[in-house]
Amino acid sequence: MEPISRRDSLKYITLASLSAGALIACEPGKEGEMTGHEHPTDMPEGYANLTPEVMEMLNQKFFTDEEREMVRVLANQVIPADDKSGSAEDANVTAFIEFTLVDRENMQTPIRGGLRWMNLESTKRFGKSFTAISEGEQKQILDDIAYPQTASPAYSQGVAFFSTFRSLVLTGFYSSKLGVEDLQYMGNRPTVWNGAPQEWLDRLGVSYDS
Amino acid sequence: MSAFQIKEVPEEYDVVIVGSGAGGGMSAKVLTEAGAKVLMLEAGPHFDSSKGDMFKWNYSSPRRGAGTKERAFGEFDAAFGGWELEGEPYTRTKGTEFDWFRSRMLGGRTNHWGRISLRFGPNDFKRKSIDGLGDDWPISYDDIKPYYDKVDDLVGVFGSKEGIYNEPDGNFLPAPKPRGYELLVKKACDEIKIPVIPSRLSILTQPHNGRAACHYCSQCNRGCSTHSNFSSPSVLIGPALATGNLTILNGAMAREVTTDKEGKATGVSYVNKADGLDYHVKAKIVILAASACESGRLMMNSKSTVHENGLSNSSGVLGRYITDSTGASRSAIIPALLDGIPHNEDGVGGMHVYTPWWLDNKKLDFARGYHIEIWGGRHMPGYGYMWGVENSNKHLKSPDGTARPSGGGYGAQLKQDARTLYGATVGFSGRGESIARYDNYCEIDPNVVDKWGIPVLRFNYTWSDHEIKQVKHMQDTFEEILTNMGGIFTGAKPGPESNYGIAAPGRIIHEVGATRMGNDPKSSVVNAYCQAHEAKNVFVCDGGPFVSQADKNPTWTILALSWRTCDYIIDQMKQQNL
Repeated sequence: MEPISRRDSLKYITLASLSAGALIACEPGKEGEMTGHEHPTDMPEGYANLTPEVMEMLNQKFFTDEEREMVRVLANQVIPADDKSGSAEDANVTAFIEFTLVDRENMQTPIRGGLRWMNLESTKRFGKSFTAISEGEQKQILDDIAYPQTASPAYSQGVAFFSTFRSLVLTGFYSSKLGVEDLQYMGNRPTVWNGAPQEWLDRLGVSYDS
Repeated sequence: MSAFQIKEVPEEYDVVIVGSGAGGGMSAKVLTEAGAKVLMLEAGPHFDSSKGDMFKWNYSSPRRGAGTKERAFGEFDAAFGGWELEGEPYTRTKGTEFDWFRSRMLGGRTNHWGRISLRFGPNDFKRKSIDGLGDDWPISYDDIKPYYDKVDDLVGVFGSKEGIYNEPDGNFLPAPKPRGYELLVKKACDEIKIPVIPSRLSILTQPHNGRAACHYCSQCNRGCSTHSNFSSPSVLIGPALATGNLTILNGAMAREVTTDKEGKATGVSYVNKADGLDYHVKAKIVILAASACESGRLMMNSKSTVHENGLSNSSGVLGRYITDSTGASRSAIIPALLDGIPHNEDGVGGMHVYTPWWLDNKKLDFARGYHIEIWGGRHMPGYGYMWGVENSNKHLKSPDGTARPSGGGYGAQLKQDARTLYGATVGFSGRGESIARYDNYCEIDPNVVDKWGIPVLRFNYTWSDHEIKQVKHMQDTFEEILTNMGGIFTGAKPGPESNYGIAAPGRIIHEVGATRMGNDPKSSVVNAYCQAHEAKNVFVCDGGPFVSQADKNPTWTILALSWRTCDYIIDQMKQQNL
């Protein structure tokens, strides 16, 4: 087998076409071959190579319309837009959370029950459900449950809910394309590693010479 | 329902190999290149890493890369398998623990491992002579060294010549430069006299034997589409197929090794998952490379009038002396890394530097050592990233420079915290040697079978004080290094209540033993060439023959031992001894 040059290898990767052709071409029967994923044709935008099982789950609804709206509002409170990037809503975090709850049954009750807790708290304080009160009023409730180390024990259920909810929003946002760009993750592409940039080494006070 | 029958496969092979991982792949390569007609039985499907999920963004799936039941290490990971397999149970004796990882795919666990490719050193073959515990191997480093050299040359491994006695240097490709945070770890360790040296990973930093150099995407675990890292299909099975002498049967679950009146193997019976029927194939030689405990299980299930207690088990040692590496971890936020400068630090799929065992056990209260794996960096964010941020951002300063009364929060400040914290965590995982003991074993559960009716394993495994104290030492060391780096711990130090955070046995997936080698048939299952004492045409080419574990990953030694065993098989065939 001819050696594959580095440049060729990079070229092939970008074409996403380099396979082990030379190595595996003579394999016996292809029955039962595992390719990672099957490829349905009607893929929702932004997704690639989803299995039929995942496609099916994507179409399942977990939230009621009211719950979904509340998740949207609450997620935007956790991750609002700023001068650098968009909001939770811009990154479709609500859809991520709904999928995750379909995927992970053990999280369904804490989230559903927590949203209900929020609505009751809102009704007690302001006589209206959470999505119907003003942003300032919403923040009054959030301020009581968003800081676990200083929150009053009276709000412990709200604190527990919001910690899980915040985790879902953050992981959904930062694993999205928008979030990845916000964090300035620069990998997931072929490159040549030649060490960390000098600027970074200088800041850390380390070098390759010692 | 038609009468149950076992269909006889018409072809007879020189060799049947059960399993296609490191040991099975190496056996297939060496024996087919010597001209043997080989059939490989693999319980899982075919797999070609060029069709894996390299370069997929986590956001290309609504799961964002999270693990699933079928892919425990993440939905894009190349490892099909896990600690629990549908229809393939195993059991544990009450009061003991063992989690058994099984891979079901061509190439087995070589598809996803960390490519940490360490030679056992001279001391690792004679631990009993040094500390009186366990047993010495019947072979020495000098016996296996030529094979380590050959494996290095064939597969390719990067590293650096260090001249450390029990960490033998190999024929290394150049090591990649450390990442920024890795240099910071090295600086902190230098000050407290803990060595940090370039890793030894089987990832190509230069083109090697027709395979392309690494392109530094750090996704080795997803399967490399350029075959720039080691996996059995990429490096061993491909060339074996090219000889025209290898036939691979996927979806073949081995049931037992059949034997004749003299106790010699006649072949292997197996279930073909495709049609659910039982088959038997004849072979002159049987190589078991199904993983340590799976090969042990096969031998225990291969009973006959000659092998009443299981194949080559009149000693009763079969299944005994299993060990997994000890494992524990700790991490901290490193203030110097907060608000880092964005750059691509993916690098190879794993650490660029590590800490080999560096201390003298005579001055310690436990036997054997551990190596430290170092992790951190600006990874592709996926499911779980920023989970539980309230435990991290409470350590950050408020915008006015004061300490924060609580973590968590929401809104603009939280978003800024995420940017500040990205890439600022450094962690360590210890991987240590546990002592092989007669009392740690697997056996056939008399009451349980799998979905094909094959009796399953029951595990009996406990850690001894040596392992617990070793892991305590790991935790003390991690804390010392992280403290020296100015680290802010986000979780409490695991203490005696959790046995210092030691992972359950089996969780590190380094289990070896079960068919251990030795010169005395009364205390071992195979001889120094991994040949069954009581069935001379049966060989074990996985981690089963290991007499002891070492504080190193087992794969490089499995590869070297398998090659050595196959050279012996070829020699014995030439002499017509088999």
